[in-house]
Amino acid sequence: MSKVLFASISKKFVMALAGLFLLTFLPVHLIINFLLLKNNPEPFNKAAHFMATFPLVKIFEIVLMAAILIHVMYGIYLQISNWLARPVGYVSGNKAETSFFSKFMIWTGATVLTFLVLHFFNFYFIKLGLIEGDPENFYSVAHNLFKIPAYNYIYLVCFFLLGFHLYHAFSSAFQTLGLNHRIWTPIVKKVALFYAILIPAGFAFISITLWLFR
Amino acid sequence: MKLTLKIWRQRNANAKGNFETYQMDNVSPEMAFLEMLDALNKRLVEEDKDPVAFDHDCREGICGSCGMYINGHPHGPVPAITTCHLSMRFFKDGETVWIEPWRAKPFPVIKDLIVDRTAFDKIQTAGGFVSVNTGSAPEANNILVPKSHSDEAFNSAICIGCGACVAACKNASAMLFVSAKISQFALLPQGRIEAKERVRAMVEKMDEVGFGSCSNTGACEAECPKQIKLTNIARMNREFYKAF
Repeated sequence: MSKVLFASISKKFVMALAGLFLLTFLPVHLIINFLLLKNNPEPFNKAAHFMATFPLVKIFEIVLMAAILIHVMYGIYLQISNWLARPVGYVSGNKAETSFFSKFMIWTGATVLTFLVLHFFNFYFIKLGLIEGDPENFYSVAHNLFKIPAYNYIYLVCFFLLGFHLYHAFSSAFQTLGLNHRIWTPIVKKVALFYAILIPAGFAFISITLWLFR
Repeated sequence: MKLTLKIWRQRNANAKGNFETYQMDNVSPEMAFLEMLDALNKRLVEEDKDPVAFDHDCREGICGSCGMYINGHPHGPVPAITTCHLSMRFFKDGETVWIEPWRAKPFPVIKDLIVDRTAFDKIQTAGGFVSVNTGSAPEANNILVPKSHSDEAFNSAICIGCGACVAACKNASAMLFVSAKISQFALLPQGRIEAKERVRAMVEKMDEVGFGSCSNTGACEAECPKQIKLTNIARMNREFYKAF
Protein backbone atom coordinates (compact mmCIF):
# COMPACT_ATOMS: atom_id res chain seq x y z
CA MET A 1 0.00 0.00 0.00
CA SER A 2 2.82 2.40 0.86
CA LYS A 3 4.30 1.81 -2.61
CA VAL A 4 0.98 2.84 -4.15
CA LEU A 5 0.77 5.93 -1.94
CA PHE A 6 4.26 7.07 -2.88
CA ALA A 7 4.12 6.16 -6.57
CA SER A 8 4.85 8.95 -9.06
CA ILE A 9 1.19 8.94 -10.17
CA SER A 10 0.00 9.34 -6.56
CA LYS A 11 2.31 12.33 -6.08
CA LYS A 12 1.03 13.90 -9.27
CA PHE A 13 -2.56 13.20 -8.15
CA VAL A 14 -2.03 15.05 -4.86
CA MET A 15 -0.22 17.86 -6.67
CA ALA A 16 -3.06 18.20 -9.19
CA LEU A 17 -5.72 18.28 -6.46
CA ALA A 18 -3.76 20.91 -4.52
CA GLY A 19 -3.29 22.91 -7.72
CA LEU A 20 -7.00 22.78 -8.57
CA PHE A 21 -7.82 23.94 -5.06
CA LEU A 22 -5.45 26.89 -5.50
CA LEU A 23 -7.23 27.71 -8.77
CA THR A 24 -10.47 28.19 -6.84
CA PHE A 25 -8.87 30.74 -4.53
CA LEU A 26 -7.54 33.12 -7.20
CA PRO A 27 -10.97 34.41 -8.38
CA VAL A 28 -11.95 35.04 -4.72
CA HIS A 29 -8.75 37.04 -4.18
CA LEU A 30 -9.31 38.95 -7.43
CA ILE A 31 -12.87 39.93 -6.50
CA ILE A 32 -11.66 41.28 -3.14
CA ASN A 33 -8.80 43.12 -4.87
CA PHE A 34 -11.28 44.96 -7.09
CA LEU A 35 -12.44 46.74 -3.91
CA LEU A 36 -9.02 48.48 -3.95
CA LEU A 37 -10.28 50.53 -6.91
CA LYS A 38 -12.87 52.23 -4.67
CA ASN A 39 -11.86 55.55 -3.15
CA ASN A 40 -13.36 54.45 0.15
CA PRO A 41 -10.96 52.10 2.01
CA GLU A 42 -13.72 50.63 4.18
CA PRO A 43 -15.11 47.88 1.84
CA PHE A 44 -11.63 46.44 1.16
CA ASN A 45 -10.55 46.61 4.79
CA LYS A 46 -13.85 45.01 5.85
CA ALA A 47 -13.36 42.20 3.33
CA ALA A 48 -9.76 41.71 4.52
CA HIS A 49 -10.97 41.68 8.13
CA PHE A 50 -13.65 39.11 7.24
CA MET A 51 -11.07 36.91 5.50
CA ALA A 52 -8.82 37.15 8.56
CA THR A 53 -11.41 36.42 11.23
CA PHE A 54 -14.39 34.40 9.92
CA PRO A 55 -14.00 30.83 11.30
CA LEU A 56 -14.92 29.03 8.06
CA VAL A 57 -12.41 31.16 6.16
CA LYS A 58 -9.79 30.33 8.79
CA ILE A 59 -10.28 26.62 8.03
CA PHE A 60 -10.09 27.43 4.32
CA GLU A 61 -6.86 29.32 5.02
CA ILE A 62 -5.25 26.29 6.67
CA VAL A 63 -6.23 24.08 3.73
CA LEU A 64 -4.96 26.75 1.35
CA MET A 65 -1.56 26.97 3.03
CA ALA A 66 -1.33 23.17 3.10
CA ALA A 67 -2.22 23.11 -0.62
CA ILE A 68 0.51 25.64 -1.43
CA LEU A 69 3.06 23.70 0.60
CA ILE A 70 2.12 20.32 -0.91
CA HIS A 71 1.98 21.71 -4.45
CA VAL A 72 5.39 23.35 -4.13
CA MET A 73 7.11 20.46 -2.33
CA TYR A 74 5.81 17.76 -4.66
CA GLY A 75 6.52 20.01 -7.65
CA ILE A 76 10.17 20.39 -6.63
CA TYR A 77 10.50 16.70 -5.73
CA LEU A 78 9.06 15.51 -9.04
CA GLN A 79 11.14 18.01 -11.01
CA ILE A 80 14.37 16.82 -9.39
CA SER A 81 13.37 13.18 -10.05
CA ASN A 82 12.66 14.12 -13.67
CA TRP A 83 16.04 15.80 -14.06
CA LEU A 84 17.73 12.73 -12.58
CA ALA A 85 15.93 10.52 -15.10
CA ARG A 86 17.98 12.15 -17.87
CA PRO A 87 21.51 12.78 -16.59
CA VAL A 88 22.88 13.32 -20.13
CA GLY A 89 20.94 15.61 -22.45
CA TYR A 90 20.77 15.89 -26.24
CA VAL A 91 23.20 18.02 -28.20
CA SER A 92 20.64 18.54 -30.97
CA GLY A 93 18.00 19.69 -28.47
CA ASN A 94 14.38 18.63 -28.25
CA LYS A 95 12.32 19.74 -31.24
CA ALA A 96 9.13 17.84 -30.47
CA GLU A 97 5.96 19.82 -31.05
CA THR A 98 4.61 20.39 -27.59
CA SER A 99 2.72 22.99 -25.66
CA PHE A 100 5.20 25.87 -25.25
CA PHE A 101 4.11 26.70 -21.69
CA SER A 102 4.33 23.10 -20.48
CA LYS A 103 8.13 23.10 -20.81
CA PHE A 104 8.69 25.84 -18.28
CA MET A 105 6.30 24.92 -15.46
CA ILE A 106 9.02 24.70 -12.82
CA TRP A 107 10.37 28.15 -13.76
CA THR A 108 7.00 29.88 -14.01
CA GLY A 109 6.07 28.15 -10.76
CA ALA A 110 9.30 29.32 -9.11
CA THR A 111 8.56 32.90 -10.19
CA VAL A 112 5.05 32.73 -8.76
CA LEU A 113 6.44 31.26 -5.53
CA THR A 114 9.00 34.08 -5.25
CA PHE A 115 6.18 36.59 -5.65
CA LEU A 116 4.11 34.72 -3.07
CA VAL A 117 6.94 35.04 -0.53
CA LEU A 118 7.12 38.79 -1.24
CA HIS A 119 3.33 38.98 -0.95
CA PHE A 120 3.42 37.17 2.40
CA PHE A 121 5.97 39.67 3.73
CA ASN A 122 3.80 42.56 2.54
CA PHE A 123 0.48 41.28 3.88
CA TYR A 124 0.11 37.80 5.32
CA PHE A 125 2.91 37.98 7.88
CA ILE A 126 1.51 41.32 9.10
CA LYS A 127 -1.85 39.62 9.57
CA LEU A 128 -0.19 36.83 11.52
CA GLY A 129 1.65 39.42 13.63
CA LEU A 130 5.06 38.15 12.54
CA ILE A 131 6.13 41.54 11.23
CA GLU A 132 5.06 45.06 12.11
CA GLY A 133 2.15 46.73 10.33
CA ASP A 134 -1.54 47.52 10.59
CA PRO A 135 -3.61 44.48 9.58
CA GLU A 136 -6.79 46.56 9.74
CA ASN A 137 -5.63 48.89 6.97
CA PHE A 138 -4.37 46.70 4.12
CA TYR A 139 -6.06 49.15 1.74
CA SER A 140 -3.40 51.79 2.33
CA VAL A 141 -0.62 49.15 2.42
CA ALA A 142 -1.70 48.00 -1.05
CA HIS A 143 -2.13 51.56 -2.37
CA ASN A 144 1.34 52.49 -1.12
CA LEU A 145 2.90 49.42 -2.73
CA PHE A 146 1.26 50.11 -6.09
CA LYS A 147 2.75 53.61 -6.05
CA ILE A 148 6.25 52.04 -6.32
CA PRO A 149 7.07 51.50 -10.04
CA ALA A 150 9.49 48.62 -9.33
CA TYR A 151 6.77 46.78 -7.38
CA ASN A 152 4.42 47.14 -10.34
CA TYR A 153 7.05 45.83 -12.77
CA ILE A 154 7.62 42.77 -10.59
CA TYR A 155 3.87 42.35 -10.08
CA LEU A 156 3.06 42.49 -13.79
CA VAL A 157 5.86 40.13 -14.82
CA CYS A 158 4.84 37.63 -12.12
CA PHE A 159 1.19 37.68 -13.14
CA PHE A 160 2.13 37.34 -16.82
CA LEU A 161 4.10 34.21 -15.94
CA LEU A 162 1.31 33.04 -13.65
CA GLY A 163 -0.93 33.10 -16.74
CA PHE A 164 1.51 30.78 -18.52
CA HIS A 165 1.56 28.50 -15.47
CA LEU A 166 -2.22 28.43 -15.14
CA TYR A 167 -2.86 27.71 -18.80
CA HIS A 168 -0.96 24.42 -18.75
CA ALA A 169 -1.80 23.60 -15.12
CA PHE A 170 -5.57 23.81 -15.57
CA SER A 171 -5.93 21.19 -18.32
CA SER A 172 -2.94 19.16 -17.13
CA ALA A 173 -4.56 18.65 -13.72
CA PHE A 174 -7.60 17.04 -15.37
CA GLN A 175 -5.38 14.71 -17.41
CA THR A 176 -3.46 13.74 -14.25
CA LEU A 177 -6.73 12.99 -12.46
CA GLY A 178 -7.56 10.67 -15.34
CA LEU A 179 -10.30 12.94 -16.67
CA ASN A 180 -9.69 12.89 -20.38
CA HIS A 181 -12.73 12.93 -22.63
CA ARG A 182 -13.29 13.25 -26.36
CA ILE A 183 -15.81 16.10 -25.94
CA TRP A 184 -14.92 17.61 -22.55
CA THR A 185 -11.12 17.84 -22.83
CA PRO A 186 -11.20 20.42 -25.69
CA ILE A 187 -13.73 22.43 -23.64
CA VAL A 188 -11.51 22.24 -20.54
CA LYS A 189 -8.60 23.55 -22.65
CA LYS A 190 -10.70 26.51 -23.82
CA VAL A 191 -11.80 27.25 -20.25
CA ALA A 192 -8.13 27.02 -19.19
CA LEU A 193 -7.15 29.60 -21.78
CA PHE A 194 -10.00 31.89 -20.72
CA TYR A 195 -9.08 31.48 -17.03
CA ALA A 196 -5.34 31.94 -17.65
CA ILE A 197 -5.96 35.23 -19.46
CA LEU A 198 -8.81 36.60 -17.34
CA ILE A 199 -7.32 36.11 -13.86
CA PRO A 200 -3.85 37.64 -14.47
CA ALA A 201 -5.45 40.38 -16.61
CA GLY A 202 -7.74 41.26 -13.69
CA PHE A 203 -4.85 41.55 -11.24
CA ALA A 204 -2.77 43.48 -13.80
CA PHE A 205 -5.68 45.89 -14.42
CA ILE A 206 -5.82 46.75 -10.70
CA SER A 207 -2.05 47.21 -10.54
CA ILE A 208 -1.91 49.49 -13.61
CA THR A 209 -4.96 51.50 -12.54
CA LEU A 210 -3.60 52.18 -9.04
CA TRP A 211 -0.09 52.85 -10.36
CA LEU A 212 -0.84 55.17 -13.27
CA PHE A 213 -4.32 56.57 -12.74
CA ARG A 214 -4.54 57.23 -8.98
CA MET B 1 23.80 14.70 -51.79
CA LYS B 2 26.60 15.60 -49.44
CA LEU B 3 25.99 15.32 -45.71
CA THR B 4 27.98 15.94 -42.57
CA LEU B 5 27.18 13.34 -39.93
CA LYS B 6 27.82 14.00 -36.26
CA ILE B 7 27.47 10.61 -34.61
CA TRP B 8 27.77 9.69 -30.95
CA ARG B 9 30.56 7.16 -30.54
CA GLN B 10 31.01 5.30 -27.28
CA ARG B 11 33.20 2.20 -27.08
CA ASN B 12 31.18 0.53 -24.29
CA ALA B 13 28.83 1.24 -21.39
CA ASN B 14 31.63 2.48 -19.15
CA ALA B 15 33.58 4.48 -21.72
CA LYS B 16 33.26 8.23 -22.12
CA GLY B 17 31.68 8.94 -25.48
CA ASN B 18 32.03 11.79 -27.92
CA PHE B 19 30.70 12.97 -31.27
CA GLU B 20 32.66 11.97 -34.36
CA THR B 21 32.24 13.81 -37.65
CA TYR B 22 31.88 11.89 -40.92
CA GLN B 23 31.55 13.39 -44.38
CA MET B 24 29.20 11.47 -46.65
CA ASP B 25 29.32 12.13 -50.39
CA ASN B 26 27.04 10.62 -53.00
CA VAL B 27 24.12 9.98 -50.67
CA SER B 28 21.14 9.08 -52.84
CA PRO B 29 17.76 10.61 -51.89
CA GLU B 30 16.27 7.17 -52.58
CA MET B 31 18.33 5.61 -49.81
CA ALA B 32 16.81 4.73 -46.46
CA PHE B 33 18.48 6.34 -43.46
CA LEU B 34 19.76 2.98 -42.23
CA GLU B 35 21.13 2.22 -45.70
CA MET B 36 23.06 5.46 -45.50
CA LEU B 37 24.50 4.28 -42.17
CA ASP B 38 25.24 0.90 -43.76
CA ALA B 39 27.19 2.75 -46.49
CA LEU B 40 29.12 4.65 -43.82
CA ASN B 41 29.87 1.41 -41.96
CA LYS B 42 31.06 -0.28 -45.18
CA ARG B 43 33.49 2.57 -45.65
CA LEU B 44 34.64 2.43 -42.03
CA VAL B 45 35.24 -1.33 -42.25
CA GLU B 46 37.22 -0.84 -45.48
CA GLU B 47 39.29 1.78 -43.68
CA ASP B 48 39.82 -0.75 -40.88
CA LYS B 49 37.88 1.40 -38.43
CA ASP B 50 35.20 0.41 -35.94
CA PRO B 51 31.76 0.62 -37.61
CA VAL B 52 28.96 2.58 -35.94
CA ALA B 53 26.88 0.24 -33.77
CA PHE B 54 23.14 0.74 -34.11
CA ASP B 55 20.11 -1.46 -33.42
CA HIS B 56 18.01 -2.70 -36.30
CA ASP B 57 16.04 -5.80 -37.08
CA CYS B 58 12.89 -5.89 -39.19
CA ARG B 59 13.44 -2.65 -41.16
CA GLU B 60 9.65 -2.69 -41.64
CA GLY B 61 8.67 -0.34 -38.83
CA ILE B 62 7.30 -3.05 -36.54
CA CYS B 63 10.10 -4.26 -34.28
CA GLY B 64 10.97 -0.91 -32.71
CA SER B 65 14.66 -1.65 -32.39
CA CYS B 66 16.04 1.03 -34.73
CA GLY B 67 15.61 3.87 -32.25
CA MET B 68 18.02 6.74 -32.60
CA TYR B 69 17.71 10.46 -31.99
CA ILE B 70 18.16 12.40 -35.24
CA ASN B 71 18.34 16.20 -35.40
CA GLY B 72 16.31 16.69 -32.21
CA HIS B 73 13.68 14.03 -32.93
CA PRO B 74 13.42 10.35 -31.97
CA HIS B 75 13.32 8.41 -35.27
CA GLY B 76 14.11 11.60 -37.17
CA PRO B 77 12.16 14.66 -38.23
CA VAL B 78 9.30 12.89 -40.08
CA PRO B 79 6.28 12.15 -37.88
CA ALA B 80 4.75 8.70 -37.38
CA ILE B 81 7.58 6.60 -38.78
CA THR B 82 10.49 4.63 -37.35
CA THR B 83 14.11 5.32 -38.32
CA CYS B 84 14.11 2.36 -40.74
CA HIS B 85 11.30 4.02 -42.71
CA LEU B 86 13.09 7.36 -42.79
CA SER B 87 14.19 8.23 -46.29
CA MET B 88 17.18 10.40 -47.17
CA ARG B 89 14.92 12.54 -49.38
CA PHE B 90 13.83 14.31 -46.19
CA PHE B 91 17.35 15.75 -45.79
CA LYS B 92 18.90 18.60 -47.74
CA ASP B 93 22.18 18.62 -49.62
CA GLY B 94 24.89 20.01 -47.35
CA GLU B 95 22.91 19.40 -44.16
CA THR B 96 24.55 18.47 -40.86
CA VAL B 97 22.80 15.50 -39.26
CA TRP B 98 23.19 14.89 -35.54
CA ILE B 99 22.66 11.26 -34.53
CA GLU B 100 22.45 10.44 -30.83
CA PRO B 101 21.34 7.47 -28.74
CA TRP B 102 18.17 7.64 -26.59
CA ARG B 103 19.07 9.56 -23.45
CA ALA B 104 17.52 8.29 -20.22
CA LYS B 105 18.97 6.89 -17.02
CA PRO B 106 17.05 3.60 -17.39
CA PHE B 107 18.33 3.30 -21.00
CA PRO B 108 22.13 3.18 -20.54
CA VAL B 109 24.23 3.29 -23.70
CA ILE B 110 25.75 -0.11 -24.51
CA LYS B 111 27.75 1.04 -27.53
CA ASP B 112 27.47 4.04 -29.87
CA LEU B 113 23.75 4.35 -30.70
CA ILE B 114 22.60 1.17 -28.99
CA VAL B 115 20.92 1.51 -25.62
CA ASP B 116 19.83 -1.16 -23.17
CA ARG B 117 16.03 -1.17 -23.16
CA THR B 118 15.69 -3.99 -20.64
CA ALA B 119 13.86 -1.51 -18.39
CA PHE B 120 10.84 -1.83 -20.72
CA ASP B 121 11.00 -5.62 -20.52
CA LYS B 122 11.05 -5.40 -16.73
CA ILE B 123 7.88 -3.27 -16.75
CA GLN B 124 6.21 -5.61 -19.22
CA THR B 125 7.06 -8.74 -17.23
CA ALA B 126 5.82 -7.08 -14.03
CA GLY B 127 2.22 -7.25 -15.26
CA GLY B 128 1.80 -6.73 -18.99
CA PHE B 129 0.12 -10.06 -19.63
CA VAL B 130 -3.06 -12.05 -19.00
CA SER B 131 -2.68 -15.17 -16.86
CA VAL B 132 -4.61 -17.81 -18.77
CA ASN B 133 -3.78 -21.33 -19.75
CA THR B 134 -2.85 -21.53 -23.37
CA GLY B 135 -4.57 -24.06 -25.54
CA SER B 136 -6.63 -24.07 -28.68
CA ALA B 137 -8.12 -20.74 -29.73
CA PRO B 138 -11.41 -20.11 -27.89
CA GLU B 139 -14.61 -19.31 -29.74
CA ALA B 140 -14.33 -15.62 -30.65
CA ASN B 141 -17.94 -14.79 -29.75
CA ASN B 142 -17.95 -16.38 -26.29
CA ILE B 143 -17.04 -13.04 -24.74
CA LEU B 144 -18.58 -10.12 -26.55
CA VAL B 145 -16.42 -7.02 -26.92
CA PRO B 146 -17.82 -3.71 -28.19
CA LYS B 147 -16.21 -2.70 -31.49
CA SER B 148 -15.16 0.69 -30.08
CA HIS B 149 -13.34 -1.05 -27.20
CA SER B 150 -11.55 -3.55 -29.42
CA ASP B 151 -10.51 -0.75 -31.78
CA GLU B 152 -9.13 1.32 -28.90
CA ALA B 153 -7.39 -1.68 -27.38
CA PHE B 154 -5.81 -2.38 -30.75
CA ASN B 155 -4.68 1.24 -31.11
CA SER B 156 -2.90 0.87 -27.77
CA ALA B 157 -1.53 -2.58 -28.56
CA ILE B 158 0.28 -1.34 -31.69
CA CYS B 159 2.92 0.27 -29.41
CA ILE B 160 6.19 -1.34 -30.52
CA GLY B 161 8.05 -0.43 -27.32
CA CYS B 162 10.76 1.43 -29.19
CA GLY B 163 11.28 4.00 -26.43
CA ALA B 164 10.73 7.09 -28.59
CA CYS B 165 8.28 8.40 -25.96
CA VAL B 166 11.01 8.25 -23.32
CA ALA B 167 13.53 9.80 -25.70
CA ALA B 168 11.20 12.69 -26.59
CA CYS B 169 9.95 13.45 -23.09
CA LYS B 170 11.84 16.18 -21.27
CA ASN B 171 11.43 14.07 -18.11
CA ALA B 172 12.43 10.77 -19.74
CA SER B 173 9.01 9.49 -18.70
CA ALA B 174 7.82 6.10 -19.89
CA MET B 175 4.17 6.77 -19.13
CA LEU B 176 3.00 6.60 -22.76
CA PHE B 177 4.54 3.14 -23.18
CA VAL B 178 3.29 1.84 -19.83
CA SER B 179 -0.18 3.32 -20.32
CA ALA B 180 -0.48 1.76 -23.78
CA LYS B 181 0.46 -1.63 -22.38
CA ILE B 182 -2.04 -1.22 -19.52
CA SER B 183 -4.78 0.11 -21.82
CA GLN B 184 -4.61 -2.78 -24.28
CA PHE B 185 -5.71 -5.07 -21.43
CA ALA B 186 -7.86 -2.65 -19.45
CA LEU B 187 -10.20 -2.16 -22.40
CA LEU B 188 -10.90 -5.86 -22.87
CA PRO B 189 -12.92 -8.15 -20.56
CA GLN B 190 -10.10 -10.71 -20.45
CA GLY B 191 -7.76 -8.05 -19.09
CA ARG B 192 -10.13 -6.67 -16.47
CA ILE B 193 -9.68 -9.68 -14.14
CA GLU B 194 -6.10 -8.73 -13.22
CA ALA B 195 -6.45 -5.00 -13.94
CA LYS B 196 -5.70 -3.81 -10.40
CA GLU B 197 -2.65 -5.99 -9.83
CA ARG B 198 -1.37 -5.17 -13.31
CA VAL B 199 -1.48 -1.38 -13.01
CA ARG B 200 0.04 -1.44 -9.52
CA ALA B 201 2.88 -3.74 -10.55
CA MET B 202 3.70 -1.96 -13.81
CA VAL B 203 3.64 1.54 -12.31
CA GLU B 204 5.74 0.37 -9.37
CA LYS B 205 8.31 -1.14 -11.73
CA MET B 206 8.27 1.99 -13.92
CA ASP B 207 9.16 4.11 -10.88
CA GLU B 208 11.69 1.59 -9.61
CA VAL B 209 13.74 1.49 -12.82
CA GLY B 210 14.03 5.28 -12.73
CA PHE B 211 11.84 6.81 -15.43
CA GLY B 212 10.60 10.35 -14.86
CA SER B 213 6.97 11.31 -14.43
CA CYS B 214 4.57 12.83 -16.94
CA SER B 215 4.24 16.61 -17.24
CA ASN B 216 1.57 16.35 -19.95
CA THR B 217 3.71 18.20 -22.52
CA GLY B 218 2.54 15.88 -25.29
CA ALA B 219 6.06 15.37 -26.72
CA CYS B 220 5.65 11.58 -26.53
CA GLU B 221 2.44 11.61 -28.55
CA ALA B 222 3.95 13.99 -31.11
CA GLU B 223 7.01 11.79 -31.64
CA CYS B 224 5.52 8.30 -31.29
CA PRO B 225 6.02 6.39 -34.55
CA LYS B 226 2.77 4.53 -33.89
CA GLN B 227 0.83 7.62 -32.81
CA ILE B 228 -0.14 6.25 -29.41
CA LYS B 229 -2.47 8.77 -27.80
CA LEU B 230 -2.15 10.69 -24.53
CA THR B 231 -5.63 9.43 -23.61
CA ASN B 232 -3.85 6.20 -22.65
CA ILE B 233 -2.02 8.05 -19.85
CA ALA B 234 -5.30 9.41 -18.47
CA ARG B 235 -6.69 5.87 -18.61
CA MET B 236 -3.64 4.49 -16.78
CA ASN B 237 -4.10 7.15 -14.09
CA ARG B 238 -7.78 6.18 -13.72
CA GLU B 239 -6.86 2.50 -13.53
CA PHE B 240 -4.24 3.30 -10.89
CA TYR B 241 -6.70 5.25 -8.72
CA LYS B 242 -9.26 2.45 -9.06
CA ALA B 243 -6.60 -0.02 -7.87
CA PHE B 244 -6.38 1.56 -4.40
